Amino acid sequence: MEDFEPKIIAFLCKWCTYAGADLAGVSRLKFSPNAVPIRVMCSGRVDPSFVLDAFAKGADGVLVGGCHPGDCHYAQGNYKTLRRVKLLKMLLKDMGLEEERLRLEWISASEGNKFREVVNDMVIKIKEIGPSPLKKEESK
Amino acid sequence: MSKANIAFYWAASCGGCEIAVLDINEKILDIIEKANILMWPVAMDTKYEDLKKMKDKSIDVCFFNGAIRTSENEELAHLLRKKSKILVAFGSCAHEGCIPALANLFNKKLIFDRAYQETETTVNKENTLPMTSFDVKEGEIHIPEFYDTVKTLDQVVEVDYYLPGCPPTPNIVEDAFNKFLTGDLPPKGAVLAPVKALCDECPRKKKDKTIETIYRVYEKEADPEKCFLDQGIICMGPATRSGCGHQCIKGNMPCTGCFGKTPEVNDQGAKMISALASVLAVENEIELDEKKVEELISKIKDPVGTFYRYSLASSFIKRKVIK
Amino acid sequence: MDTNSSSPRVGVFVCHCGSNIAGTVDVEKVAQEISKMEGVAYAGSYIYMCSDPGQKLMRETIEKEKLDRIVVAACSPTLHEKTFRINSKNAGLNPYQCEISNIREHCSWVHEDKAKATEKAIKITKSIVEKVKNDSSLTDIEVPITKKAVVIGGGVAGIQAALDIANGGYKTYLVERDSSIGGKMAKLSETFPTLDCSQCILTPKMVEAANHPNIELLTYSEVENVSGYLGNFKVKIKKKPTSVKWDICTGCGDCYPKCPVKVPSEFQEGLAKRTAIYTPFPQAVPNKPVIDRENCLYYQKGICKICEKICKIGAIDFEMQEEIVEVDAGAIVVATGYQEYPLQNLSDYGGGRYPNVISGLKFERLLSASGPTGGQVLRPSDGKPVKDVVFVQCAGSRDIEEHKPYCSKICCMYTAKHAMLFKHKVHDGNAYVFYIDVRTAGKDYEEFYYRTTEEDHALYTRGKVSKIFEDGDKVVVWGVDTLTGKKVEIRADLAVLATAIEPSSGIMELKQKLKVSVDENGFLKEAHPKLRPVESMTSGIFFAGAAQGPKDIPESVSQAGAAASKVLSMFSADFLHKEPLICEINEDVCSGCGICIMLCPYGALEAEITTKDNKETKRSKLNEALCQGCGTCSSACPSGAATMRNDISKNMFKMIEVILE
Repeated sequence: MEDFEPKIIAFLCKWCTYAGADLAGVSRLKFSPNAVPIRVMCSGRVDPSFVLDAFAKGADGVLVGGCHPGDCHYAQGNYKTLRRVKLLKMLLKDMGLEEERLRLEWISASEGNKFREVVNDMVIKIKEIGPSPLKKEESK
Repeated sequence: MSKANIAFYWAASCGGCEIAVLDINEKILDIIEKANILMWPVAMDTKYEDLKKMKDKSIDVCFFNGAIRTSENEELAHLLRKKSKILVAFGSCAHEGCIPALANLFNKKLIFDRAYQETETTVNKENTLPMTSFDVKEGEIHIPEFYDTVKTLDQVVEVDYYLPGCPPTPNIVEDAFNKFLTGDLPPKGAVLAPVKALCDECPRKKKDKTIETIYRVYEKEADPEKCFLDQGIICMGPATRSGCGHQCIKGNMPCTGCFGKTPEVNDQGAKMISALASVLAVENEIELDEKKVEELISKIKDPVGTFYRYSLASSFIKRKVIK
Repeated sequence: MDTNSSSPRVGVFVCHCGSNIAGTVDVEKVAQEISKMEGVAYAGSYIYMCSDPGQKLMRETIEKEKLDRIVVAACSPTLHEKTFRINSKNAGLNPYQCEISNIREHCSWVHEDKAKATEKAIKITKSIVEKVKNDSSLTDIEVPITKKAVVIGGGVAGIQAALDIANGGYKTYLVERDSSIGGKMAKLSETFPTLDCSQCILTPKMVEAANHPNIELLTYSEVENVSGYLGNFKVKIKKKPTSVKWDICTGCGDCYPKCPVKVPSEFQEGLAKRTAIYTPFPQAVPNKPVIDRENCLYYQKGICKICEKICKIGAIDFEMQEEIVEVDAGAIVVATGYQEYPLQNLSDYGGGRYPNVISGLKFERLLSASGPTGGQVLRPSDGKPVKDVVFVQCAGSRDIEEHKPYCSKICCMYTAKHAMLFKHKVHDGNAYVFYIDVRTAGKDYEEFYYRTTEEDHALYTRGKVSKIFEDGDKVVVWGVDTLTGKKVEIRADLAVLATAIEPSSGIMELKQKLKVSVDENGFLKEAHPKLRPVESMTSGIFFAGAAQGPKDIPESVSQAGAAASKVLSMFSADFLHKEPLICEINEDVCSGCGICIMLCPYGALEAEITTKDNKETKRSKLNEALCQGCGTCSSACPSGAATMRNDISKNMFKMIEVILE
């Protein structure tokens, strides 16, 4: 368990969180390499199927990053994401998965530091709760 | 032309799929005219030993209903696969796991505890539980092993075609029989039902979707002319394959999703979760803070039972994690 | 669109970015690992991919290795996605089959452990390779444009926008619900900070608009319905029945003096009366009367018809019906302006109860030479001259609890103007002003305010007025001077409330017709508060003037010019070009459930109903011109009918898979 490195998939909206992560890079902030980003046009593009598929394939955590409410490049995509994530979390709980494995964060293009902190914090929290119980047997 | 050899089998199921075969009524006579039924446990006595002795691929089409719950189910799935040219997952249990797969919210231990100890009508002081082998004076007897997780048929053997539904409706069954007996078959792996979702055949008046709040079926008498979702009642129709003749809808009950996902979708529940959450309060979404969103979402009771009633075993997550 | 995913030949170019990437990521190892992937025909690295030699290398390799799609593992796509897409286009590939793997900002710059950073760079790149393998060859979308504009609202903003567009050479329909254009500005006396007479500077513009060969005035008309989209709107306009045949009416003005009906004049803010057949003001454009059916004796009681008898040319038409005209337009400018916050909402100030407590606009009429008093400041109650006047600023503005939370912006300046003009007219009079802050940001504004206080000696008191009540023929104003902490009581002849301004009535109906949004105060919501201030979220619809937020004349006029220039730049091309990375509805899959329709912020999805063999079929239909490609519909579509071009879900599952391997 000591050397457990969580695998996190981060769905980042192109306009805010992805750009915020870019800013973290430009600012040379250092943080855990555990989160691998996938760029989406809007957090509203994040289909719950993607999240569940990621868990089923052994992700220890899934991060969804979108614009702050009111800032969505597409006006209101992020509001849909919020409701989907809330409902997904209810489902995950009923399926015996820890809620903390799925995280929705509003990170703007100017919040490079917030992106770093969210990723670091997520890695710490997931290390605490341990590897996903859905991990394939062979990747134990 | 010689008659085709067909077989029926039931694994973990309720028996409804057997009735579904009979629901085609007198048309079954046409089938018997064209086919020999080699095996049909509900109707005729066939020994597994006889089945084992058959030549491989000697069954032309095997209709396998029921999910894989026990080692016996699994063994027969393998055996029938070997003996059959075409293996058909017949009905929702074999197709997607269906109601038996909701037991994936528990495991063997929890189920046994409940069934053999906790139920109010049970007295089991010695804590006797099913065993897979037991010595009696005639020798050792074996009973099948009960698995932790219910699986779909295609999770244990290769499946050629699927008949959706809990149970498959007579039109679907009849159509499938005709297809098999005439050899007019779609590509392997196909689900023998239309590709569109139920809304396509549903005659109710549909609005562009916005749902203010959710009602459970008993909380509101549904207007039989209007789309259930437009009335705030969860209907799985948009995420469920059509072809059933919208019988539930005709009975003024919403679709619960037994025909399973549509072909472009990987996880029926996830898609309905996305659809429903998206349109919920969409018109005044900017006014809702996180707490209000939570209140609204909490009106959706039992997400697994609602969105995965029939498809849990075939979903991405498949079963509950029990530590 | 063709998907040649059968046997893709992907080329992967890993950039060192000097040591920016290569310092933390083992670029050779990335190339080596990626080269093992199915479908990857080439994987190599180079020190600076974006440099000329780097791009040349890329083009040469595309030719040599017969590559058909490209991944560049380098910096953020924000920087060089375009560069590399153009480069692959120059090498004969489709630009949309070139993707960027961001291994600098998202990897080498933020990690220190080389092994881990390399591992992450491999994963990111693998996921992008999976994406590019299924990318289709796409071409930009062309949308034709109808080069005509509709301007809604005939105030100064609308007039200016219409003139600018018309001067650019394009037909413009100027729609105004009143019988004359001119709006609020026509009511003003003089304008800050130069004290130009409002009518004098506005009337020529009104006439110019009316005579402009490219402008069609549609006054006494309202927008009934808007359909269509950017470049191709269809606007249905309801022409209300004027009861006067404007085509033959000469505007001689013989009819209205004879009309026996007298009702308060809207233009004079109720300070004078008008007749039932009337033009709102003498300089009205068009200068043709309408019959106010609510008050006309004929319509109400079936008697009179005096106007009909008087009109020699027979222009009166009591049977006139409303008419709907439909116009095609490529763009719409909304300039519906503002109205005053109702005075009666300010009950602590006796608003609506006391005749001598009036709003700013009413005071404008008292000051105006064309007003009911000929420009003399007389008390509305008894017509006696005003000696002492109190101006109450922020009457309803900046009041989160009870009224409007926002600053109405124009009141500080018009109150300074009111005080100044009053002092100019009543030399021995006193002008008291209560204010919270005086906000005079604007060219020459502070100087103007300075003149009011220092040269014209208006008395400014910092503090809010708590109460206004009548005492005899005076109005008594109670307030506090917050600088001295003392209570202040002023017995005045007149109190002028600088009432908050709010969007014009009807904005909520209009916003629905236009499918644009409003903010929490009902003002039109711009696409971006800073970078797209005159554009709506709905492409092709622009804003001008106070409908978007409180604005004075110079701001309204500049915004009108900005909106017009947006329209003109749109009209300068025959087609609109847009990126093809948008939604696609698979009609063979769509069941017409309607889930997606309300989710689209641009109204790009519509339910289309077709009837065949007596069976109604409903399908979602995409308007390519409107879709911006956010993908919210696709992720919500419960049957998988809505997909995103080059961002299909099937890809996403592959991407997730390779990341989690």
